[in-house]
Amino acid sequence: MAVNKPFIIDGVEFKSRLIVGTGKYASFEENKKAVIASGAECVTVAVRRVNILDHNSENLLDYIDPKIYKILPNTAGCYTADEAIRTARLARSAGITNWVKLEVIGDTKTLLPDNEATLEATRILVKEGFVVFPYVSDDPIMAKKLQDAGAAVVMPLAAPIGSGLGIRNPYNIQLILEAVSIPVIVDAGVGTASDAAMAMELGCDGILMNTAIAGAKNPILMAEAMNYGVRAGRMAYLAGRMPKKRYAQASSPAEGMIE
Amino acid sequence: MKIEVNSIKKEVLQGTTIHGLLTQLNIVPQRVAVELNLSVIDKNQFEQVSLKEGDCVEIINFVGGGEAPASSGNTALVGAVQRKGKYGSKQTIYH
Repeated sequence: MAVNKPFIIDGVEFKSRLIVGTGKYASFEENKKAVIASGAECVTVAVRRVNILDHNSENLLDYIDPKIYKILPNTAGCYTADEAIRTARLARSAGITNWVKLEVIGDTKTLLPDNEATLEATRILVKEGFVVFPYVSDDPIMAKKLQDAGAAVVMPLAAPIGSGLGIRNPYNIQLILEAVSIPVIVDAGVGTASDAAMAMELGCDGILMNTAIAGAKNPILMAEAMNYGVRAGRMAYLAGRMPKKRYAQASSPAEGMIE
Repeated sequence: MKIEVNSIKKEVLQGTTIHGLLTQLNIVPQRVAVELNLSVIDKNQFEQVSLKEGDCVEIINFVGGGEAPASSGNTALVGAVQRKGKYGSKQTIYH
């Protein structure tokens, strides 16, 4: 039977295995409510220029309190290792964390990761003392290379960012789980609670999502559904599912039927 | 003197510090990170570092975003990055 290993990253233990994003919400308030409903304890945020011409004094971190949530800055929108490294350094200098969700995107159409550049950036950021969460294709070989480069976790995609297609290649996710000993966190592509449950049933350590919640008709309710989906999937993984069979097998006794 | 802040030209007084610039822009220093000519400036240096004619300043903060690029509508940092070579920003000042 599967062992319930605690979800620990860089010495921080999380009870929730769900990490949520903060993009695409109608308001900070809605975002905050969704984060609460999701049960997530780790929240990813983007790094962007302050608009100096029209500076809004309200800040995301007024709503998502870094004292309560572990903040995971990301390099979303970066297309080269260079940009991602620069963004990571800036994020760290904001003084909240040395964690970074490393995204180096390969092209605008698919938003699939540039694995080569991601590996290159991981090596450099690890040397500089970052705790690196690389977003990568569902490729077991690359996952292993990222582990060897010192990544704290590996984050294979379920499907392209924002696609909501669910886990396209569960077999590869399983191969990744076998290939590495660091936590495996599925990142991107889930659409609904059953997708989250499926990722967890495969034995993933955690899951990160944004659009699946923010893009739902009722984001707060979907956040709660994801909370349950992740927990249900984890429990099912630990419980160990029954084997699949090609034919029916009655669950009621054949004896004692009324005649 | 003329400087550039997030790619916008700006006139500031001689001797303005980073902290002074942030105050002028009505930005709370605790909430942002600052890069001066591609070098990250540590927060505890904001009051010490003075700006010079022609300086390029980047001021960033954390905004909503997850596994999707540039969802905030804010100007991405990204556009400004390409002018430097491999692993662009200089190594700095971390403690």
